Amino acid sequence: MRRGITATALVAALALAATACGSDEESGGGSKSSGELSGTVTWWDTSSVGTEDKVFKKIAEGFEKKHPKVDVKYVNVPFGEAQNKFKNAAQAGSGAPDVIRSEVAWTPEFADLGYLAPLDGTAALKDESDFLKQAAASTKYDGKTYAVPQVIDSMGVFYNKKMFKDAGVEPPATVADLKTVAEKIKDKTGKTGLYLRGDDSYYFLSFLYGEGGDLVNASDKTITVDKAEGVKAFGVVKDLVESGAAKTDATDGWENMMQSFKNGDVAMMVNGPWAVADTLTGDQFKDKANLGISTVPAGSAGQGAPQGGHNLAVYAGSGNLDASYAFVEYMTSVETQAQTAGELNLLPTRTSAYAKQQAVDSEIVQFFKPVVETAVERPWIPETGSLFAPLNTEYTKVLTGQTTPEKAAKATGDSYRKLLKGWK
Amino acid sequence: MAVHTSQSVAKAAGDDVARGRSRGTGTPPPPGKFRRALSVHWYAWTMVAPVVIVIGVIIGYPLVRGIWLSLTDANERNVARSIGVNELPATYEFVGLDNYADALTGGQFLGTLGWTLVWTVSCVGITFALGMALANILNRKIAGRSAYRMALILPWAIPGFVSVFAWRFLYNEERGLLNKILGGAGIDGIPWLNDPTWAKFSVIAVNVWLGIPFIMVALLGGLQSIPSEQYEAAEMDGATAWQRFRHVTLPGLRPVSTTVVLLSTIWTFNMFPVIFLLTRGGPGESTQILVTQAYKFSFEISPRDFAQSSTWGVLILVLLMLFAVVYRRVLRTQGDNW
Repeated sequence: MRRGITATALVAALALAATACGSDEESGGGSKSSGELSGTVTWWDTSSVGTEDKVFKKIAEGFEKKHPKVDVKYVNVPFGEAQNKFKNAAQAGSGAPDVIRSEVAWTPEFADLGYLAPLDGTAALKDESDFLKQAAASTKYDGKTYAVPQVIDSMGVFYNKKMFKDAGVEPPATVADLKTVAEKIKDKTGKTGLYLRGDDSYYFLSFLYGEGGDLVNASDKTITVDKAEGVKAFGVVKDLVESGAAKTDATDGWENMMQSFKNGDVAMMVNGPWAVADTLTGDQFKDKANLGISTVPAGSAGQGAPQGGHNLAVYAGSGNLDASYAFVEYMTSVETQAQTAGELNLLPTRTSAYAKQQAVDSEIVQFFKPVVETAVERPWIPETGSLFAPLNTEYTKVLTGQTTPEKAAKATGDSYRKLLKGWK
Repeated sequence: MAVHTSQSVAKAAGDDVARGRSRGTGTPPPPGKFRRALSVHWYAWTMVAPVVIVIGVIIGYPLVRGIWLSLTDANERNVARSIGVNELPATYEFVGLDNYADALTGGQFLGTLGWTLVWTVSCVGITFALGMALANILNRKIAGRSAYRMALILPWAIPGFVSVFAWRFLYNEERGLLNKILGGAGIDGIPWLNDPTWAKFSVIAVNVWLGIPFIMVALLGGLQSIPSEQYEAAEMDGATAWQRFRHVTLPGLRPVSTTVVLLSTIWTFNMFPVIFLLTRGGPGESTQILVTQAYKFSFEISPRDFAQSSTWGVLILVLLMLFAVVYRRVLRTQGDNW
């Protein structure tokens, strides 16, 4: 039996060799001296890698010129992971950044969990009245301000003008038009009409609002996603994919969407200003004029694009609050916003930034400005940031044919009821 | 793995005691047996003490804490946290076995368990069969044997996440190599990761690919320890190749293969990276195994549900321990000295 034991030992040794684990930890912090700002400010940015991040990194590091003793550490965290990554780090009390770019829906949640420093009366919040009302709404929680709006956005249909001309079609005004347009494109060019992102339910919102539906109604505390309108909206996206008018993926949605559109494999996508800079790097858009943008197609109840955007918030446990406040103020200043409007076509959150030449010259900013004004706001409650996870699952299930619109709407509603205790 | 280690330590200690007892010659043991055992075996105890302490700290504490959390309603909103100026005390409460009742009566746990079992059995079965075939092929004297061995160990040598991401590119529906090849042959592209059934097939394929080297190397070691006299004797008696495999190779490999199967089963059952990195449990929840789902409760949904996640974790532990016990029982009745 000795041989058996040797063999077992061999296997055990191999087993040990095959297991591994790792962890990474980084500590932020800094020191405060009297008078001049100093220390390190770590900023977690969530902008698109390859285009937006370069510009933001450059701007962020420009803060060091103004305050030579401050060291800005720019970290780009993928948008899809940032919410959980920040919550993990913030709760553990180590490895969290000083400043985070917090999506509008995350802000009330982080504030409610006690992770954010209130900014009222600090250097971060200057001339508050200059900010657009819609943008400021998500930064308020429990009577205090916990973030400063950095960019505001909404969604529209991006289309490839050349492909539209080849197929002899106009941008679709309604979902019904969208299907006819897609059919014509398929006939004339052999390509698919629309890329519908299938792994992120944010891209589902304009269809939900278009049918007159909503996720929840905060004013009378009811869950609305599983009402008839919600079921209808799930039916609309299911039909788009099944009829071949749209294609989708359950994984790597962003990557696949951008590649398909940039290479001219699809003629349209539903997207927002954050995708413009990346889109313009594509083969099809060497001539920038080839990119057309129109409003999202209207559903049976009209047009409804979601209002989104990002705020900058300061971590309550930051060891370097003063420099962080100043950094937030700098990153949301009129000059910075004008610069990002010019270079990246992102929408400013300050009224006065819209008057700047860079914003006036950007066609995309000019197009989205009225869209944002009429966009549908989500309720800014702590749970808003939690509404997407259950919806994502069901949305993907509908698109991949694993469930019916009725069941999906019901399942989403049920998980919302678990989340929002006492809501109907 | 962790479970396994701590068990073997306990077992080793148990063996010690058993051996001490079996030396008794029928007379009742005099009082102070413990002290005598201590004075006889003090050296052994000192030797294992550091291991016991380290394992106690590294595995024992989290385990106890996990079990405790599974009996409460702890989530992100009610655990204690101190963030700079904000001090928030813990407000979660003890809820007894409610979480377990929810898990075992709700459809989600049982549904996920069903797929986890399918995943484990098919991965281990296919991997073992292929590993066995390859080990037998490589055990002959063929030209370039070491080159083949190197090539077959490669999947194991690459960091797991790298190979999983490479597979993810291959599987991409529009631009993936696999569908390009199919397209070249005039076959429609397959929605590898976008269709629930295909996604299940895809994750199993990747895990088999990753798991073969380990099984192959282990079995190769076992094969080389089977004395060639046995094969010669069998050949003298006129055994066919298949009979030699059945009656010499398989029994000779028993000690290795039983261990390998036990380890693979436990690993595959908890194979987090393949599922998480390839499909994130999607499309929908169709490829979610128990471990990835427990992770999702704790890290992906908000508010993060620590209680439910711990509950699933404890249930996974219980299932695997049951499996290990039953497995060893079966082996023992078949005459293996486990």
